[in-house]
Amino acid sequence: MQITSPTFKANTVKALADVDLQRALRHVETGFIGKRQKAADALPEFDALRDNAKAIKEHTLQHLDLYIEAYVAKVEASGGKVHFAEDADHARRIFLDIAKRRKAKTVTKGKTMISEEIGLNAFLEEHGITPVETDLGEYIIQLRGEHPSHIIAPAIHVNRDQVEADFRKTHVDLDPQRDLTRPETLLSEAREILRRKYGEADIGVTGANFLIAETGTSVIVTNEGNGDLTQLLGKCHVVLASIEKLMPTLEDTAQILRVLARSATGQEMSVYTTLSTGPKRAEDEDGPDEYHVILLDNGRSNMLGTEFEDMLRCIRCGACMNHCPVYHAVGGHSYGWVYPGPMGAVLTPSLIGVDKAGHLPNASTFCGRCESVCPMRIPLPKMMRHWREKEFESHLQPQAVRTGLNLWAYFARRPKLYRTVVSFAMPLLKLLAGRKRRFRMLPLASGWTKWRDMPAPEGRTFMQAYAQSGHGHGDER
Amino acid sequence: MTIMRAAHGACEHRDGTLKPTVALFVTCLVDLFRPSVGFAAIKLIEHAGCRLVVPKGQTCCGQPAFNAGDRADAIAIAKQVIAAFEGYDYVVAPSGSCAATLKKHYPELFADDAEWAPRVEAFSAKVFELVSFLTDVRGVKDVCASLNASVTYHDSCSGLRELGVRQQPRQLLQSVKGLRLKELPESDVCCGFGGTFCVKYPDVSNAIVGKKAKHIASTRADMLLAGDLGCLMNMDGKLKREAIAIEVRHIAEVLAGMTDKPPIGGKL
Repeated sequence: MQITSPTFKANTVKALADVDLQRALRHVETGFIGKRQKAADALPEFDALRDNAKAIKEHTLQHLDLYIEAYVAKVEASGGKVHFAEDADHARRIFLDIAKRRKAKTVTKGKTMISEEIGLNAFLEEHGITPVETDLGEYIIQLRGEHPSHIIAPAIHVNRDQVEADFRKTHVDLDPQRDLTRPETLLSEAREILRRKYGEADIGVTGANFLIAETGTSVIVTNEGNGDLTQLLGKCHVVLASIEKLMPTLEDTAQILRVLARSATGQEMSVYTTLSTGPKRAEDEDGPDEYHVILLDNGRSNMLGTEFEDMLRCIRCGACMNHCPVYHAVGGHSYGWVYPGPMGAVLTPSLIGVDKAGHLPNASTFCGRCESVCPMRIPLPKMMRHWREKEFESHLQPQAVRTGLNLWAYFARRPKLYRTVVSFAMPLLKLLAGRKRRFRMLPLASGWTKWRDMPAPEGRTFMQAYAQSGHGHGDER
Repeated sequence: MTIMRAAHGACEHRDGTLKPTVALFVTCLVDLFRPSVGFAAIKLIEHAGCRLVVPKGQTCCGQPAFNAGDRADAIAIAKQVIAAFEGYDYVVAPSGSCAATLKKHYPELFADDAEWAPRVEAFSAKVFELVSFLTDVRGVKDVCASLNASVTYHDSCSGLRELGVRQQPRQLLQSVKGLRLKELPESDVCCGFGGTFCVKYPDVSNAIVGKKAKHIASTRADMLLAGDLGCLMNMDGKLKREAIAIEVRHIAEVLAGMTDKPPIGGKL
């Protein structure tokens, strides 16, 4: 997909002016947060489970090579095949090979962010293969020619009226007089259309929430059951997953499942937790004839052993963006690539380069709410700061910002000079503000005064006033 | 709106035989924009039975450099702060954000520096945000001030999430005679200040502080309080621009009974 992260600022201006989007974003603020809190409060050991989840992933990442090796052996033993894909292009070519060999015309798809990351849909269409998204949200945005704006609620930016219009435009063979005013009617219409597709599909594609080394199993969690139908009714099941999805055992996976849905939607568990191991066995009545896993790296192994390794613990619950004031204000598309919100602000520069995604780690107030709700205790603000350090080292920040910072630091490092300057400047500023005690406009501070008044200083600085107040200086140095 | 000016009651100093010495880290914003907060902090710290000093070598905690990715300047400023403050029993700042920089982030900056790391660790252990210092370290339960006004309180992010400052300010506010605390909806959500964020992304920052201003107005309180001057200036600036009449002050001013000075940004 086209990367628009470099124009983040312009994207946000557009998003802030988008009335429909702003209305939709209110649901993120009002819906997810309370539900997560309730689920967390109802489980006394929730925080202990988070510690455990973190420890499990940390351990896995430290021994990732071994777990991948064990996983591959198990998949092969169950009759499946694992394909290593170094980057997006490689992953697409592997997929096309499988599709060509199977003479595939239609591909049904459960929700997978890796598919977005490798731009699979557009690629398939170029090669005459029709991708059909079966997750309701994904289906809606596919009809609209859009990309997900949220990693677990891809169509969160779309409202009901827009969906109705899209359905009427697309499902032209249905009765134009039909009632589509309620979410239920929209859902059953989508279900009716999609049910026909599963059986017709040549390949069923899913993502994976976990890949289990112990058993060679891929696990997906869904609420609609579309993932099950996609992988069972398609004749060939292709799992798209990235390397950090590895888990040592089923037991470990069960532990992390306990924090995943609670953090994401506030459910104790998602409606469906589906485990698949290899293709249909001789004694099975249903299931795919072939089972493939495309294991994508795409820059992740470069994060191992660096200050960004913690990011590979992410289980894609979306809690960080659900709690992010910046995400609430501008929505997911503003971030300009696949992964929005705080997790995207850390992961995107790793995957597409900080030169393109530099705005993302900067567009944070460091309020820390993301880290406080992350089930895997990923220090997101700290890692955004690490990206800022990389940008600073590579001189990627705007010259004006650098100059301002250098000037400020020059004075901050010289207390006596600093005192002289501010002792003169602050009383002057007070004088300029006059009796209103604030500024509506201030040269060099237009970023502030565009939307806000600037409170004026009281006059003398504290240090001046303190020295003149007759307070004993004690033994200050 | 009538606000009866706060006045300190006849409270006894806690007179321990050994008074600990507190070094006030006044913070750059309080130093430059609102010295009243510094004087309020002094009063509160002295009333809590401490001897107070104001080390001269202070400018800023270095957070602007640290958050801009400029580690070299952040480290240089941190060393300057540590050298000026490490000789005292406690270091107290009327800001959760600056206190968190000194307490939580300085150790990160020196994690790989074998020479400085132990020194920084000892320093950081002594750092506290003002209100939590009063309650958690000095056991203050009652500030003996009075203020006939309804107030609402915003939880600034760093203090709340990095230092666990949440109950402490509410506890002390409830001890102010005549004060009625009206809880702010979504009081734990960021105000959109974020240091340089608010000028680097003014439109996004405005959207965030715009929501905050609506919540503040919905409380119909006489006064908005918080523990960080950056957030207060941001919220005040937006409230003034939107012509929402509410006095904005640092919590220390109310707790110290020092609300005689005009509020932040003056009155509407």
